[in-house]
Amino acid sequence: MKGLRLLFFCGVFCYLYLPIVILVGNAFNLNRYGLRWDGFTGKWFVAMWNNPGLMEAARHSLVIAFAAASLATAIGALAAIAFTRYRFPGRRLLQGTMMTLMMAPDIILAIALLVLFVALGIALGFWSLLLAHITFCLPFAVVTIAARLEGFDPHLLDAARDLGASEGRLLWRVVLPLLRPALISSWLLSFTLSLDDVIVSSFVTGPAYDVLPLKIFSMVKVGVKPEVNALATIMVGLSLILVILSQLFHKEKNTP
Amino acid sequence: MGADSLLDIDGLGKAYGNNLVLDDFTLSVGHGEFVTLLGPSGCGKTTLLRLVAGFETPDRGRITLDGADLIPLPPEKRQVNTVFQSYALFPHMTVFENVAFGLRLKGVAGDELGRRVATVLGDVRMDGFAQRYPHQLSGGQQQRVAVARAVVNRPRVLLLDEPLSALDARLRREMQGELKRLQRDLDMTFILVTHDQEEALSMSDRVVVMEGGRIAQSGTPREVYEEPSSLYVARFIGDINLFPGTVRDRLDEKHLRLDIFGQTVVAETRRPFLPGQAINLLLRPEDLRLGEGAAKVAPSFGGSIVERSYRGSTLDTTIRLDDGPVLKACEFFDEDDPDFDYRVGERVQVSWVKGWEVVLADGE
Repeated sequence: MKGLRLLFFCGVFCYLYLPIVILVGNAFNLNRYGLRWDGFTGKWFVAMWNNPGLMEAARHSLVIAFAAASLATAIGALAAIAFTRYRFPGRRLLQGTMMTLMMAPDIILAIALLVLFVALGIALGFWSLLLAHITFCLPFAVVTIAARLEGFDPHLLDAARDLGASEGRLLWRVVLPLLRPALISSWLLSFTLSLDDVIVSSFVTGPAYDVLPLKIFSMVKVGVKPEVNALATIMVGLSLILVILSQLFHKEKNTP
Repeated sequence: MGADSLLDIDGLGKAYGNNLVLDDFTLSVGHGEFVTLLGPSGCGKTTLLRLVAGFETPDRGRITLDGADLIPLPPEKRQVNTVFQSYALFPHMTVFENVAFGLRLKGVAGDELGRRVATVLGDVRMDGFAQRYPHQLSGGQQQRVAVARAVVNRPRVLLLDEPLSALDARLRREMQGELKRLQRDLDMTFILVTHDQEEALSMSDRVVVMEGGRIAQSGTPREVYEEPSSLYVARFIGDINLFPGTVRDRLDEKHLRLDIFGQTVVAETRRPFLPGQAINLLLRPEDLRLGEGAAKVAPSFGGSIVERSYRGSTLDTTIRLDDGPVLKACEFFDEDDPDFDYRVGERVQVSWVKGWEVVLADGE
């Protein structure tokens, strides 16, 4: 019985992680096509480093992800505060449209944004890409932050004002510190969403501003290149670090 | 508005949509007074507190503190602090930071800040807890911190919104004493909102019983308990027994002759009544006297014991009178008579201590 359980456990883990293990293994495999293990090498990492197109795309992706995550979290925080603190006409409608945006297939959003950018005469490149990424990250940011805000005792805000805090002090001394875990979650979530987006990016960016997922996509059309494996390995490592970091922050939230 | 009054509330009105929560509410509170607003939920007592604190704006009326109009001021500019029912301690700050919050905003810093926070934590007996976080404290300790956080700002008036309702009965009684002591020591004006009549009676200098956004009665705890102005007030504060009857005539300035279940009863009251008017004679359970002794006193009514329950220091009984009404009596144990008790079904004569009755017009 115990052996069976262990077998099941291993099966699930293999199912989930075997592809990643193979990818990481191939990143260090001397064999170019990964058909068999020919010995250990670090040369694909060097090849990756020396591939200017790939490195540029990676840099672009990180810049876009960083900017989109930061802006989406900032706008999302303000929107979430407005939704939960104030009663204004159109509040429900606005909140509803946020949900719609989250549910809508990426392809619809991608086409809609493309049509909009073309109509407004915005050149496809950095700015169009950034605006698009903020757009699809925003609802996730709002939902994450609003959930935390709704968990507050509403009297906390009354108490702060009662003790002499103006609206500005209230925001900086009470609301934002309390929101910190939600802001971090929102940022990490937005960063990940932005980093691995293919569909929206493929529509709204131009040839001058290539991003990593699109670059990899075009590179693997003619077979998986080992430098892509190397890059993917680095990204897996990076995600692992982010997950560990977010867990640490989560822990800190529970025992402040 | 008395010369020594601190907070004056005059003709205050507040409605939410069609729901009139406060209606022409007028109250003056003197410096150092402990006033309790007592009433069931929905009587407007919490709304009144929020209006004084500045979280709501009244539709009508005035609120002045030391003669200065409070209504145009936002909550952060009023010399009034609130202790919230949920305590509303900032979860991301230590006890020290919570208490220091208001002082820091006023520019108090350094040694003075540390000294004032330490003093007030001592006042509420929470020294040694300064570096804890609220979630590491028990309910009673959080309550003390919430009080400390408010009084450290030396408000002219401290508002307490059902501050003890989340505590268990024993802790609540303990905190009642503590709050009363703190109020005396600090010589601060307290306005407490509660639906707990025991809390209101034991702590306050003055009890304001509220009904539907208005004052039903305002007076010392003794006045509202012993001389309730209406059945509503009498019912809300403690248990009551009612003897329905009619007025026969007035004997003199102080005494009235009543007909109750065919007996003539002389009752004390200074209030005006007309002959033939329907009344209720009101008696508290501890006013009633049972047993053979009662038979010699007129008036007395026959009845039988329906239920008895032992309460340690008192024996509570339920009696059904032959004339109909069901009464509750509460008698202290007599040390000379250790066997003092009743059997269910036992016949008794019911009377009361003369002069402790209250006459209320029927429907009042």
